[in-house]
Amino acid sequence: MNSIGLILGLPLAGFLINGIFGKNLPKSIVGWLGTFTVLASFVIALGVFNDLRHAAIPSEGLHFKLFTFLNIENFNVDFSFTLDRLSVMMTLIITGIGSLIHLYSIAYMHEDEGFYKFFAYLNFFIFNMLMLVLGANFLMLFFGWEGVGLCSYLLIGFWYKNAEYGKAARKAFIMNRIGDLGLLMGLFLIFHQYQSLDYSIVLPKMADGSTSQAMLTAISMCLFVGAMGKSAQIPLYTWLPDAMAGPTPVSALIHAATMVTAGVYLVVRCEALFYLSPITNNVILWVGLATSLMAALIGLKQNDIKKVLAYSTVSQLGLMFVALGCGAYTAAMFHLATHAFFKALLFLGSGSVIHAMHHEQDIRQMGGLKSKMPITYITFLIGTLAITGFPFLSGFFSKDEILLAAFDHNKIVYVLSVISATITGLYMFRMFFVTFHGTYRNHHHSFDKVHESPWQMSLPLMILAVLSVLGGLLNLPSYLGHNVSMKLSHWLAPILPMAESHAEMSHNTEFMLVGLVVLLFVLVVLYTRNKYVSKNAVPEEDALTPSTGKVLANKFYVDELYDMVFVKPLELLSSLVDNMIDSKLIGGLIAGVSTLLLAISGLNKKIQNGNIEYYLTFMVLALALFLGFNLFF
Amino acid sequence: MLNIFQSLEISHYIYLSCVLFCIGLFGVLFRRNAIILLMCIELMLNAVNLLFAAFSEYMGDKDANGQMFVFFIMVVAAAEAAVGLAILVMVYRNTRKTDVSFLDSLKD
Amino acid sequence: MGNISNLPIPFLVLSFITILCALYVVTSKNPVHSVLALILTFFSISAHYVLLNAQFLAIVNLMVYAGAIMVLFLFVLMLLNLSKDSEPVKSNLWGVAAAISAGLLLVIITASFQKTGIAIMQGNAPEIGLVKNLGRVLMTEYLVPFELSGILFIAAMVGAVLLGKRDGATVQEIMDLNNDANNA
Repeated sequence: MNSIGLILGLPLAGFLINGIFGKNLPKSIVGWLGTFTVLASFVIALGVFNDLRHAAIPSEGLHFKLFTFLNIENFNVDFSFTLDRLSVMMTLIITGIGSLIHLYSIAYMHEDEGFYKFFAYLNFFIFNMLMLVLGANFLMLFFGWEGVGLCSYLLIGFWYKNAEYGKAARKAFIMNRIGDLGLLMGLFLIFHQYQSLDYSIVLPKMADGSTSQAMLTAISMCLFVGAMGKSAQIPLYTWLPDAMAGPTPVSALIHAATMVTAGVYLVVRCEALFYLSPITNNVILWVGLATSLMAALIGLKQNDIKKVLAYSTVSQLGLMFVALGCGAYTAAMFHLATHAFFKALLFLGSGSVIHAMHHEQDIRQMGGLKSKMPITYITFLIGTLAITGFPFLSGFFSKDEILLAAFDHNKIVYVLSVISATITGLYMFRMFFVTFHGTYRNHHHSFDKVHESPWQMSLPLMILAVLSVLGGLLNLPSYLGHNVSMKLSHWLAPILPMAESHAEMSHNTEFMLVGLVVLLFVLVVLYTRNKYVSKNAVPEEDALTPSTGKVLANKFYVDELYDMVFVKPLELLSSLVDNMIDSKLIGGLIAGVSTLLLAISGLNKKIQNGNIEYYLTFMVLALALFLGFNLFF
Repeated sequence: MLNIFQSLEISHYIYLSCVLFCIGLFGVLFRRNAIILLMCIELMLNAVNLLFAAFSEYMGDKDANGQMFVFFIMVVAAAEAAVGLAILVMVYRNTRKTDVSFLDSLKD
Repeated sequence: MGNISNLPIPFLVLSFITILCALYVVTSKNPVHSVLALILTFFSISAHYVLLNAQFLAIVNLMVYAGAIMVLFLFVLMLLNLSKDSEPVKSNLWGVAAAISAGLLLVIITASFQKTGIAIMQGNAPEIGLVKNLGRVLMTEYLVPFELSGILFIAAMVGAVLLGKRDGATVQEIMDLNNDANNA
């Protein structure tokens, strides 16, 4: 059995065992089984990573063909996997963070009756996500793509007894389906153009310039629509905040660290394609930027701790797409990795808070938690600092790299990105201070009952905190010296042949830009600290929100807009069809038939009076009739 | 007794049987008392029996097949009478009537 | 069709009695009279059997029909306490309809037979209808149907017992029921 098979097979085995026998297994076995299968995958992936470091040809990866999946005339798709430098990076993130979150879930979900189901789903998700990133062709990617969508649906609606959660799950599923349609069309176009779906065949053909610009644009747009759905970009982002209905570990794993980055992965994987279609690149850039700004603004007025993080995720994903649009693929992957660290950390931290608060998620009901939950407080602080770009933490480097790329690309984009990053700081610190500082404001649960979480929960927090601090080491900027810097760029360079290295800007400019960002960061911290700690302000009640804030608190009314533009006309049309065509025409036809039959049977009924004598008499008469007929004719 | 049949024709027995059968039939149609109905059915069966015996004689039947058939009809008739009367008693128990015109639940 | 006056006297007499009794069976208002008339009918049919060289059938007919079945009928009649008073009456219209139906069938069947040829009966050897001969045939050629009829009887018997049985009902209770019905 080779390593790819093991990496994929272990979570699948975990899923099968937990899914089939989990009901009868004790919770500890279920939880640890789920955790260890993913952890084992992680360890194996580490081994592969080590092998790849010393591989002779850096752009080559491991290949593993399981069987031929489809072979119809000239259409040949293998059930095969490839493990190259890009996918090993994704695999490490998925399995690494995945195993931490599994461990976390053991404690977090301990009292849930669907415990075994939860772990089965989680393992299945890991399997699908790995299939997505390890697939050697677009069809495998599509399998994984749909699989994670399914798991996302199952896990968002995990507490399916709450109808609202079920609706959120459906919303996510449907929104994703719209994106998936785009992806599928993209696959059709690719096959139409290249008669193959294998990366190894398609990508070089895209790069060699033989494809028409229109076709490249069409394909890339279709793929980007898929990415929009999965990675929650405008206009398909509204599902992600609602997806917070799922248990918090799910939000951390699926809706922050891994699944939502699948769109970024797709674009990076098809780097040649996107690099050669500047129109799509621009679309990506502006969509990403708009998403980033809009989500950040909405995040300012959210009071649900998970909703804030969700909009923050959307915003950060938007930033990644900005990087992609600028052609800074490495920066996007770098931010993907660091974002996975600190956003998983933040989500798990919020989960720890929610756990301690007995499933209270409103930050207005919290406050002053830092004394009760020191580990959560410190790790959450690290996460907040990382995401807001505190110097020398992971987010600082990755975000700066994106901002530099934006500066290099287009000054307006740069300014807007900086604004978005600054707003990130505003809402993150707002949430942080309101939650952990000030005074405790919940009257339903006494402050004494708030407790620090068990070690299964705090250990992942600490590990992720360390990763969030050190994540920047992956790709230090070049001004820190050539020996230590740009590791990720070098690592991914063989995979990204098209992306030219950026024109080196002078270190002075870089320092200036970095200095600006740090200055903004300091201002943000001072402002929020002043407002929420010194003045001890609490976000106002919903009804008291001023009008501009109301727009933000209601998420720009996008849900309502979609409802009005898409849902209402559809409902109107269906009710029209229901009332006119269905009930009048078809219903009338059917009712007419039955009325006719009723009339006929009403006549028959008079003969069928149930009296035996009538029957007998008629029988005898009929007998005479038949015999007579026989006799005389 | 052989001489009797010198002038007897099979048709006479046929007519006799037909008349008996139709009398039985008339009774079935006319009467409403379920017991009389059963009796009329016995009458009809007997008419048929008579015809079988007559045909057995008419055919010069060496194996007595016709008479055998009568025998089996009697068996069936006896079984039918037993079950029919049992049903009748049951019906009477439930409805206090033996009038078949009240048994019209076939309608529904 | 031969002249009716050429027919042997025994046949004519027997036929007359048979039809008369049969008519009385269906027209009598009193069920008990009907039963008795039916028994007479069976006797005359048995006599016909004797004429037709079917001596064993004649005896069996008496035993099974006149003896067993009709006694059963009588017994049920007595058990249910049915008499002339409880006899449901049908309208004359029904009588006419029934008569027309039955008569029509009679005419048509007769007409059908009219088409068949008229033949003198050949006559069997007299011993064909004796119990010895019939028993041999029954036990050889008709063994399987014979056994099957035994099964049929058992089934009928079980069915009758099941139908007639009511949980814990005794004959006395049934009699009480009857009295209630009559008093009501």
